[in-house]
Amino acid sequence: MAVTEQDIQESKRVYKEKYGFADPDQAIYKAPKGLDPDRVIEISQMKNEPEWMLEFRLKSLEIFNKKPMPKWGADLSKIPFDDLSYFVRTTEKQGTTWEDVPEYIKDTFDKLGIPEAERKFLAGVSAQYESEVVYHSIQKDLEAKGVIFLSTEEGLEQHPELFRQYFGTVIPSADNKFAAMNGAFWSGGSFVYVPPGVQVTIPLQAYFRINAEQMGQFERTLIIVDEGAYVHYVEGCTAPVYSTDSFHSGVIEIIVKKNARCRYTTIQNWSTNVYNLVTQRSAVYAGGVMEWVDANLGSNITMKYPSVYLMEPGAKGDILSIAYAGDGQVLDAGGKAIHVAPNTSSKIISKSISQHGGRTSFRGLLKIYKGAEKSKSAMRCDALILDEASRSDTYPTIEIEEEQVSLGHEAVVSRIGEDQLFYLMSRGLGESEAAGMIVSGFIEPIVKELPMEYAVEMNRLIQLQMDKAVG
Amino acid sequence: MATEQPFFHIEDLHVEIEENEILRGVDLSVKRGEIHAIMGPNGSGKSTLAHTLMGHPSYEATAGQVLFDGEDILEREPNDRAKLGIFLAFQYPLAIPGVSTLNFLRTSLKAVKQKEISAREFRKHLLEKMDMLKIGREFAGRYLNDGFSGGEKKRMEILQMAVLEPKLAVLDEIDSGLDIDAIRAVGEGISSIMHPEMSIVIITHYPRILHFVKPDYVHIMVDGKIRQSGGFELAEELEAKGYDVLLDEVMVASSET
Repeated sequence: MAVTEQDIQESKRVYKEKYGFADPDQAIYKAPKGLDPDRVIEISQMKNEPEWMLEFRLKSLEIFNKKPMPKWGADLSKIPFDDLSYFVRTTEKQGTTWEDVPEYIKDTFDKLGIPEAERKFLAGVSAQYESEVVYHSIQKDLEAKGVIFLSTEEGLEQHPELFRQYFGTVIPSADNKFAAMNGAFWSGGSFVYVPPGVQVTIPLQAYFRINAEQMGQFERTLIIVDEGAYVHYVEGCTAPVYSTDSFHSGVIEIIVKKNARCRYTTIQNWSTNVYNLVTQRSAVYAGGVMEWVDANLGSNITMKYPSVYLMEPGAKGDILSIAYAGDGQVLDAGGKAIHVAPNTSSKIISKSISQHGGRTSFRGLLKIYKGAEKSKSAMRCDALILDEASRSDTYPTIEIEEEQVSLGHEAVVSRIGEDQLFYLMSRGLGESEAAGMIVSGFIEPIVKELPMEYAVEMNRLIQLQMDKAVG
Repeated sequence: MATEQPFFHIEDLHVEIEENEILRGVDLSVKRGEIHAIMGPNGSGKSTLAHTLMGHPSYEATAGQVLFDGEDILEREPNDRAKLGIFLAFQYPLAIPGVSTLNFLRTSLKAVKQKEISAREFRKHLLEKMDMLKIGREFAGRYLNDGFSGGEKKRMEILQMAVLEPKLAVLDEIDSGLDIDAIRAVGEGISSIMHPEMSIVIITHYPRILHFVKPDYVHIMVDGKIRQSGGFELAEELEAKGYDVLLDEVMVASSET
């Protein structure tokens, strides 16, 4: 398939129209640029935080400054740390109805279809604009059952003990440079608690929007699923198209207790001027199940490897990921499964597509500690490369300290063949429609895991990315 | 048999693959309602002809024309040819994992007919054709050709033909790799789809399938050119004598002309 500059411009134009529009900057407070301890103190003060959180932030900043940049993965040397604003506030108070939200922000979320989705198929919604959550809702019956779904700041304020018990326990700031950065500057994100036995059968969704130019967004999410409970949490993200870079560095910690189950779905569709460096990790206890469904379509550079730590016997973790890299994008994604206890099982399945010169890398880690006998794990990555200009690499790491385990690893790289396209075109499909069909078939095993509305959205987004200039 | 003018007409067609000439001046005229068989040994150019008629990008027509309803289609994209009503049954159908046969065929029918078809309406249409061809309904939900046996793939090609209702179907070695029962099933399926407004060009190495899909004309292709044409008796003669003997006679005859 020949790709022209026109095709690439067209797919960029479509993103810009649907997601990449920008509101005029109407922030009520924008922190001066740069990484200064004063900024950290200021954020903490503006949020009226307890002393321990300020200490946590300052300690995290120290760790960030000490840790070197990662030497592996994508090239991060061009991140303009000194040009970014690390905190942007757009409203004094968070809304519980859309009428409470500043008009221009409400319009943006309308355009993105959030209130509509909320009415149709969500149990709760959190909408973050710049650094903070501007709108929040949860169905009354869930609230009555004791389900907590708040912004992270509200979680800290309203449930200080529960919050402090778990915050930073799954991903300490010392884990990696960007987790430390998040620890220092975190703002927004969700705090979720599902009491024992409560089943939240329809999804909770968080939507992240960066509007300002040269901004750093530091979502921090903490989810606790108590014994025998269930929740599905979905996050989506978009941003305007700017010629300058923005930065998103999230930390998502999840605790899945005995026999509980959590599914966390991401549909990441940042504009291609956003660096997206996210640490997502879950600790899973006896008989618990954690499922990460991770779809990365946007961003300039993404480095993201959802992880499961299987802490007690019978714990299970599945990581399903899809990455699509187009012109200029580097998507370095995958997953990690760490088996600490016996009889634990994990599955990492990754599907990546690269086109128009994009680059995908699969990075998978499978570690089975001594004592985690009779554990099972399977890792599989499939890459589909759509043209000569694009590239895909695979970096699996397997460390096994136990003998009685069952392991599988498979990697397949394929290209869309001329004959496959010819076959579909002979049945009346245009060239891009044919390629689109092959791609949607390729990701089908993962897409079918999504709720119907998201499956439709996912296919639509991929087709949109692939669309060629057709008037 | 039809009496009108040929609606499909190939004239002096020369085709190259990577600068090797494979077809060296093929002529063929097909009227509505006719079945033509093109037979020939391996490497005679039969499959090249099939691919060229559908517009495979690797096959370059260097001379001649292919007229469909009076229009030269050689510059047309494969999908445009499909919209005109041309269908190619592939010798080696490709698998499209993750795409159900149902979904694929509905997309295909919408593209070919260039109109919306409701899911419900299409389902009815598909199941009708599946029942007619005695294809299990479970195939509708299976991924297209993914993990299908050779025979299943060939029968799915016939199903696709039935669903898309082309004006001209080119069947490229639809019988290859099939046992006699499967050939019968495929052959009977083709016959049940055939109607007076449709034409078929059936490309085959072996005469067997022609007992189930009886051609009006049989052409023998050798070395990139049709060397002899006749009625069904030509296929019977080939069956009796085999290619070696018949080809000797054919080549001698064509060198004399």
